Amino acid sequence: MIKVEGVEKSFDGRKVLKGVSFRVKRGEIFGYLGPNGAGKTTTVRILTGLIKPDSGRVFVRGFDVVKNPVKVRERIGVLPEVANVYPDLTAWQNLMLACGLYGIDKRVAEGRCERLLKEFGIYERRNSKVKTFSKGMKQRLMFCIAMVCEPEIVFLDEPTSGLDVASARMLRRKVLELKDTGVTVFLTSHNMDEVDMLCDRVAIIKDGRIIAEDSPDGIKELVGGDIAVEVRFDRDVDFFGERFGDRYVLYTKDPNETICSIVEFAKERGVRILSINTRTPSLEEAFIKILGGEV
Amino acid sequence: MKVLAIVKKDILIYYSKGPVVIFGILLPVFLFLAFWVGRNLPLNFLMAGLIAMTVFFASTSVSPAIAPWEGQMRTLERLLTYPIDVKTIVLGDVLASTIFGIVLSLVPILIALALNLSMNVILVVGIILSAVCFSSLGLLFSAYPSNIPATVMMISALVRFPLIFVSGIFIPIDQLPPLGQCIALLSPLTYFTDIARFSLGLKPFLPLSIDFTVLTLYTIALLYTSIKLHERALIRRI
Repeated sequence: MIKVEGVEKSFDGRKVLKGVSFRVKRGEIFGYLGPNGAGKTTTVRILTGLIKPDSGRVFVRGFDVVKNPVKVRERIGVLPEVANVYPDLTAWQNLMLACGLYGIDKRVAEGRCERLLKEFGIYERRNSKVKTFSKGMKQRLMFCIAMVCEPEIVFLDEPTSGLDVASARMLRRKVLELKDTGVTVFLTSHNMDEVDMLCDRVAIIKDGRIIAEDSPDGIKELVGGDIAVEVRFDRDVDFFGERFGDRYVLYTKDPNETICSIVEFAKERGVRILSINTRTPSLEEAFIKILGGEV
Repeated sequence: MKVLAIVKKDILIYYSKGPVVIFGILLPVFLFLAFWVGRNLPLNFLMAGLIAMTVFFASTSVSPAIAPWEGQMRTLERLLTYPIDVKTIVLGDVLASTIFGIVLSLVPILIALALNLSMNVILVVGIILSAVCFSSLGLLFSAYPSNIPATVMMISALVRFPLIFVSGIFIPIDQLPPLGQCIALLSPLTYFTDIARFSLGLKPFLPLSIDFTVLTLYTIALLYTSIKLHERALIRRI
């Protein structure tokens, strides 16, 4: 559905993308991760035909994005990270405007808008101006707009950023429903738990280059398959693990030896272990390690 | 179809606001009064000038601010992700501005009718053509890729106000010195003012065929240039 080959892009002499290549299959949820300024939004803007690459080729649904940007946009839904809906229009007017710009017949559009607004729980507020909406409601409306053309591919740039828990959960559920209906989703997010939960495959971009591409579990294995041992003590101690709140985390290939060492340490210092458990490293930990150049 | 969606959006967001409508009427009326009081000019000469000024100010009042405002409000990127090209956006903005110019021109026309002034139907064609022309000029002002509406409005004011004074609205062109006449002929507003004068029973400075031809050429050139410049500028706004 998406084919990107050797894409390069510079702004004011600074290379933002340095030969980016990847493919996304039909019905896949593809996570595109990277730190701020890595080139994620630039990639999304190129894929949606907003900006042209300096070199390389980009195909979406078989269409060359550079040659046929409008044809590509007819088949995609986009939820841009920094874009906004019109605050002086109502939710209904914003959606009907989107239908008009997709060239959807008015009668079909009205039915579709009503269904989407109900699905996303903002139908009761359809006649309120968007400037009176909370961030969560605005984002739900943006999601409705991305869905209004019944797209084959959806680009979601930080869809749950800054949302309350309920709105974020609802949008995640909708993303999974999209996959069930065969829609391809291209997702960028800083929320690693979300990416781990939703994505079939993940690419990590750093300084304009893809440095890892695999399934979330594959990405975790890339960092060496270490086991994380989490321990909590009854008081503050000078311990050698990484500290997260009241927990210390150690990464090890031999959890048995590590746990024995922790127990011995506790006995020596006279502290009590409140809890100890092992788990595989999270995607976030793998992401940090990959970005740190440890792979 | 897609152009009409842009037109509807512009009218709902920008042109149907009370202050915009009131300012679009008040500014030319006050300028008109400032030049009318104390001068012994025929009423049809003054009304032709008021009609020309109203169409000009109304058609160039809001259109320059749309692109920078949308860039600043972050609605432009949302707009650009729809399956439309820059030409559709520019044409929609021009059409919305044209409608606004035509609607506001009804105010001086109704005043002229109330004063028992007779008008030629050719005025309607002139208003429509000039509203498209001035709207395209308005769009041209916003081709400068700044997302600060005040910057674009300053550029717009720097062009709009001098044009009023060199286009034969307050002083008939045949009374201007040769250099003034040459400058007047560079302004598209001159040709519409001439059409308006003819329509209200006055002798035009130029033959009507020239007025319409030049106005049409200006319209094509300004619209084409606006589209080309916005194709480069819009993407720099996001």
